[in-house]
Amino acid sequence: MRSPADYSGLVADLTAERLDVDDLLADPATRIIVCCGAGGVGKTTTAAALGLRAAEKHGRRTVVLTIDPARRLAQSMGLSELDNTPRQVKGIDGESGGELHAMMLDMKRTFDEVVQQHTTPQRASEIFANPFYQAMSSTFSGTQEYMAMEKLGQLRSTDEWDLIVVDTPPSRSALDFLDAPARLSRFLDGRMLRLLTSPARTGGRSMFSLVTASFGLFSRTVQKILGAQLLTDLSGFVAALDSMFGGFRHRADETYRILQDPQTAFLLVAAPERDAVREAAYFAERLVAERMPLAGLVLNRMHRAEADSLSAERSETAAAALDAAGEQEMTADALRVHASLVRQIRREMTVAATFTDAFPGVPAVSVTAQPADVHDVDGLRTIGALLA
Amino acid sequence: MGEHVNKWPARLHVVTGKGGTGKTSVAAALALGLAAGGHRTLLVEVEGRQGIAQLFETEQLPYKELRIATVAGGGEVRALAVDPEEALLEYLDLFYHLGAAGRALRKVGAIDFATTIAPGLRDVLLTGKVKEATTRSHNGKRVYDAVVLDAPPTGRIGRFLNVTAETAKLTKMGPIKTQSEGVASLLRSPITSVHVVTLLEEMPVQETLDAIAELTALRIPVGRIIVNAAKPALLTAGKVTKAELKRGLAEAGLPTDPATVAGLATEAKDYLTRQGIEESLRTELGESGNQVIELPFLPQGVDQAGLDELAAALVKA
Repeated sequence: MRSPADYSGLVADLTAERLDVDDLLADPATRIIVCCGAGGVGKTTTAAALGLRAAEKHGRRTVVLTIDPARRLAQSMGLSELDNTPRQVKGIDGESGGELHAMMLDMKRTFDEVVQQHTTPQRASEIFANPFYQAMSSTFSGTQEYMAMEKLGQLRSTDEWDLIVVDTPPSRSALDFLDAPARLSRFLDGRMLRLLTSPARTGGRSMFSLVTASFGLFSRTVQKILGAQLLTDLSGFVAALDSMFGGFRHRADETYRILQDPQTAFLLVAAPERDAVREAAYFAERLVAERMPLAGLVLNRMHRAEADSLSAERSETAAAALDAAGEQEMTADALRVHASLVRQIRREMTVAATFTDAFPGVPAVSVTAQPADVHDVDGLRTIGALLA
Repeated sequence: MGEHVNKWPARLHVVTGKGGTGKTSVAAALALGLAAGGHRTLLVEVEGRQGIAQLFETEQLPYKELRIATVAGGGEVRALAVDPEEALLEYLDLFYHLGAAGRALRKVGAIDFATTIAPGLRDVLLTGKVKEATTRSHNGKRVYDAVVLDAPPTGRIGRFLNVTAETAKLTKMGPIKTQSEGVASLLRSPITSVHVVTLLEEMPVQETLDAIAELTALRIPVGRIIVNAAKPALLTAGKVTKAELKRGLAEAGLPTDPATVAGLATEAKDYLTRQGIEESLRTELGESGNQVIELPFLPQGVDQAGLDELAAALVKA
């Protein structure tokens, strides 16, 4: 058992093997890095910092796909709007020959492009006009995840980039990123849509008759609840989408396969908080189960003590003694700041250990908390250096 | 009636906040606080995360209102995890007596399909269930004195609560429209209050202010801003010098080697930077015109005792 003082100044000393970020970024075989984790753990910043380092230090032509970046961070990277096109980031050191491009995902536009690609212009305009498409392309739970995946597939297929770094959407659960494509393609494969709009077609199998009967009832019910117009819109939507099911599914399956390929590296991003670490653990289990390449864990916002010879207890005792003597108020305060920092580090180590104990084989790296939020390229460079 | 009734006048308390700000803990604490003094409250979650069960360290919650806590003086908190599929089945059964046929539909995935294809439908079912619980009475008495909803995060709260707009995209008439109008008028009445949980960090504060602007534009009543995990300021001096630190350390009988002195100075400087940022964020929140409450940081994590502490702090404020 280490004494509390031993933890101070040793944030990187997790029990796990240290994740070598530079190795990962420099390796030409690494083509895609997916950053995933709970909301609010610094995924976007991590993705941007990795992209910057890959471009500056490792000379790679890199694109960062962000989903919902903080406004100031986006502006600092020259992203002022959701335009779905990679823009070159200015103010980076190009000596190594690398480039950094960044883009923000426009979910609706990406969906529109997919539709256009898989069908005729006339069909496409019918689809765009349908209220179901409008609702689904902007609010379908999972559309954002699916479109992030789709955009990733597009970026990868042009072979224009040495490295693509993806920031995953702020989902209800980090697992949504993996589940959304299957969910959407299940939806789009149309079985349910066809059942709903023309139950008669599914007849013939006795096992199905109860279901079919229920379906008649169901679609009558839906008619009653939602109105007949809705079913008309729905059948229109089905008919229009019918032509592109194949292309859609094929694309989704292909992207999923890319994610299982060793050219991809998943990085779990977490902060030393119970919920974030639990989410990272769920994701790790899932990646292992799906045989997806898990490269490691990035633990953001880990604190670090500089005065590492002083324990929390000793500092507090000394602060109390100074208070009692009525002297050196500032030093007493500074000692209390130090004590609370050391205690915080102890808590963070305990939380982090719940992951590293459960996944001893997953390399990890911790990034020291910054006193202020990062919103410029210099800040990203600092984070990149801390990561490596 | 407890003293909190005047301070928390709404009956439906919607709690939102950026992910990671602790909105589930705050919602649970509020449900506990409002139950004090012999009241009954309902704590509802709608995102299938089982956050309430994790917080109270119980089994996964079924789609049923179950007691999860009692408070001194006879109050109780019940909890409900609303599942959109179950809510749709319940709705169909209630209005159309669909019964077993409904369950058969579920088996083939039709219910999943129906709640997936139209997210607005899903949300109106979820909020509809919340409305039903809020207004339910038994023998002429309200079943719940207050309902606390652990709502979707700030990024999705406007769309989630703006149910009529979402369903209107799909249907112009019928019971779903009536239902969503009923929900919408409840959400825009003084019965409802939306509270936003934040930390004193830049992104959560920005999202808090954005969410308040969005809700205000939707005419949905915003209640309080709840700053979670606030830490007391430890450093009162505005400036830290190494020379003074060295004298102080000597006075306290601690090592005065350059590494320790410089280390403490760096830590104190970073702390002051952080404190300055927190102070300006606090000012920004105060200027929003909404009442701000601060809840203390709980070093031991949010356990039962911690929830009680937060509950007491909430109803006192």
